[in-house]
Amino acid sequence: MKILVCLGNVPDTTTKIKFSGEGTKLDKTGVQWIINPWDELALTRAIELKESGQVPVEVISVLTVGGTDAEPTIRKALAIGADSGYRVDADPADSYQVAFQISEIARQEQFDLILCGIESSDYNGAATGSMLAEILDYPSLSAVSGIHPVNGHLEYTRDIDGGRETVTLDLPAVLIVQKGIAKEPRIPAMRGIMMARQKPLTVKEPGPSAGYTEMISFELPAPKPSCRKIDPDNVRELVNLLQNEAKVL
Amino acid sequence: MQNKTTVRGGRFMVQATSPADVFIPEEFNEEQRMIAQTCQDFLDAEVFPRLDDIDHQEEGLMAGLLTKAGELGLLGISVDEEYMGFGQSVITGMLASEVLGSAHSFAVAFSCHTGIGTLPIAYYGNEKQKAKYLTKLATGEWKGAYCLTEPGAGSDANSGKTQAVLSEDGQHYILNGQKMWITNAGFADVLTVFAKIDNDRVLSAFILERNFPGITFNPEENKMGIKGSSTRQIFFNDVRVPVENLLAGRGQGFRIALSILHMGRLKLGANVVGAAKRAINHSVQYANDRKQFGEKISSFGSIQHKLAEQVIKTFATESAVYRASYDVDLLAQEYKTVCTTENPTITAYAHMAIESAVLKVFGSEALGYVVDEAVQIHGGMGFSSEMPVERCYRDSRINRIFEGTNEINRILVIDTLLKRGQKKDIDLYEKAEAAYGSLTQLAAHPVLPEAYYDRKTLFIGHLKELALSLIHATTQKFQRNLIFEQEILNNLSDIIMNIYTSESTLLRVQKIESMRGESASAVYRNILDVTLYEATGEILRSAMDAINSFAAGEEREALVKGVNYWTVSDIVNVKEARRRIAMPLIEENRYTL
Repeated sequence: MKILVCLGNVPDTTTKIKFSGEGTKLDKTGVQWIINPWDELALTRAIELKESGQVPVEVISVLTVGGTDAEPTIRKALAIGADSGYRVDADPADSYQVAFQISEIARQEQFDLILCGIESSDYNGAATGSMLAEILDYPSLSAVSGIHPVNGHLEYTRDIDGGRETVTLDLPAVLIVQKGIAKEPRIPAMRGIMMARQKPLTVKEPGPSAGYTEMISFELPAPKPSCRKIDPDNVRELVNLLQNEAKVL
Repeated sequence: MQNKTTVRGGRFMVQATSPADVFIPEEFNEEQRMIAQTCQDFLDAEVFPRLDDIDHQEEGLMAGLLTKAGELGLLGISVDEEYMGFGQSVITGMLASEVLGSAHSFAVAFSCHTGIGTLPIAYYGNEKQKAKYLTKLATGEWKGAYCLTEPGAGSDANSGKTQAVLSEDGQHYILNGQKMWITNAGFADVLTVFAKIDNDRVLSAFILERNFPGITFNPEENKMGIKGSSTRQIFFNDVRVPVENLLAGRGQGFRIALSILHMGRLKLGANVVGAAKRAINHSVQYANDRKQFGEKISSFGSIQHKLAEQVIKTFATESAVYRASYDVDLLAQEYKTVCTTENPTITAYAHMAIESAVLKVFGSEALGYVVDEAVQIHGGMGFSSEMPVERCYRDSRINRIFEGTNEINRILVIDTLLKRGQKKDIDLYEKAEAAYGSLTQLAAHPVLPEAYYDRKTLFIGHLKELALSLIHATTQKFQRNLIFEQEILNNLSDIIMNIYTSESTLLRVQKIESMRGESASAVYRNILDVTLYEATGEILRSAMDAINSFAAGEEREALVKGVNYWTVSDIVNVKEARRRIAMPLIEENRYTL
């Protein structure tokens, strides 16, 4: 089985977000980039499957759509345990463009199982995985919280209202995974870091899609108003504020 | 690593260095950054959530953490690949030490294991000893400790009384004695123990295993800080040590102890940078949260001053740590390719003894300032054990004591420099005599170049001239008795330390600007301005302290004239400069330089 894990290259969650170009661009100065946390867990689970030996995993590849500044993210994935990496040399523009670029590589390389995090921690579009499955015309499963080897094949679990369902899929397929798919992301060990430099990282030219979305402007959320304490005896003031200022009553 | 002019320890005092010849942290490659991130991820996942448990010495916790660090390969970074390590450069090891240096008691256990616990065997062990012990230390299967200090032998390490006597059958050394302040003693499997064979004048070193009969351990010491670090006395009662466990031959112990301490001092410089950055983050985050008089306290000038000073001192230490570490790598490489030496890396460390001692003292005192002001920024809360800065404060104090006290290291800085001059490793005395001779020809004021970096470079050069003139004056005056004038030696060492660290800051800022351009480097120029302003002020005072302690009449007059000439510096609006240094820290809410 060939597994592809799609990696988003996203700002570290503690990044102080700033904009440039009068609010039309994200200011990337000083931003520390990380693997999108959902994708990192997907990678962790893929490695666990390979290591378990309960299903034959021939190779785990990772793919990112991005410029050269995304390569440290790919190499970290290689250090964690992926076997090979791909970078599609294009700035990620929107979910469709990213899904399209992934689909081109997925077709060329004939992956059996494609894992995508359910969303990315930067734009939280939650659309790439589904779009990818549609473009490839592969079956897909969303919000997967468990991948289990059973008698040499895989079963998947999803949390549903009031319980959990277990399903199987014909391969090739796209799995859109959520947190819980693996317990903790792995920390790259020294040996993995040393080996990462010898693993293949292939740069691919982008396919013919620039996406459908035009970014018009960014703005930061309004700063949170400071906390106000109201005397417990003054319920009238509390109701007044909730009704007229917070407008929640 | 590219070739450059041969570096020699202490040479910075007699010649200029180009920015191209120094390594700056901004040049770390992707792989090194990944190693640093692995160290940080390990701390975030395993160590920081358990700081209280570590300080309570939860049974097995510290040893378990070292085992986990070993599984990630972090214990073998500096060990050769053939012994299960990763054979990384000194500078990469220092980067890992910096990150892990923020981890309070774990940092001490880690440093002890990977440094003094492992490196005596790595550098001085024979093939059999390395195969048996080093491989297990590198992977973390076994933990290491280093037993040098005794109740009557602290700074004067060679006066230890632990004794080794060869058994009648010649198969064992019988060890008797006592060691104290032994880090990792509670769980270490391998002990490097220093003892004198028969009535030798100097020490020998032995490898002991914990389970050798006759070794007993006192309970844990109650300490002011690093409470989670295991520290015990160890007693050796007729311990039979196989003769093959003698390390590097009879009488080699003191040489081993000193060499390992050179390395440990440089490493301590890296450790304190990590600890300082963590304390700065606590400081700014509290200052941005805490409101008084309706404003965040980070908006007040007094707080910005403290934050800026924390940054400046940390930046200067960091600049010097990586400059010195890179020089160790270069020297080691040179010894490997050009010269024949038994151990290139340890010879290179020994060569950088002056810089290592500078970093031990300057770094530990910089951290002392950072944590002290971290508590102050927190106000009353800083005095509460609820806040992390309380632990930062307590844990930092030991850095001025271990790896040789700062008093010993201050003497080492100037004493080693003078010895290098006597041995003609560097042309110190010629330059010192020339500087002293120039005193009578100095104009009232120096002519200053227009260009910013030319001026700063000139100032550093002037400070060196001042130091050299004082070296000449004091060595002439006191001759062999200079060693008994410790206060004056301390003055000279303080001058040398300020020169090395402020020059390192200058070279780093200059290099950053050449990489990123002037507009992106404004804050760095502010740091350089204030660093040099402060260093010049401190050097002026140290120089006057020294001069007033020994010189009189015409000589005093001439030396004071030199002080006035050689301490001319730029007029800096330090209030505005410090505010500009504090601003990015406050905006980012963390140390990002």
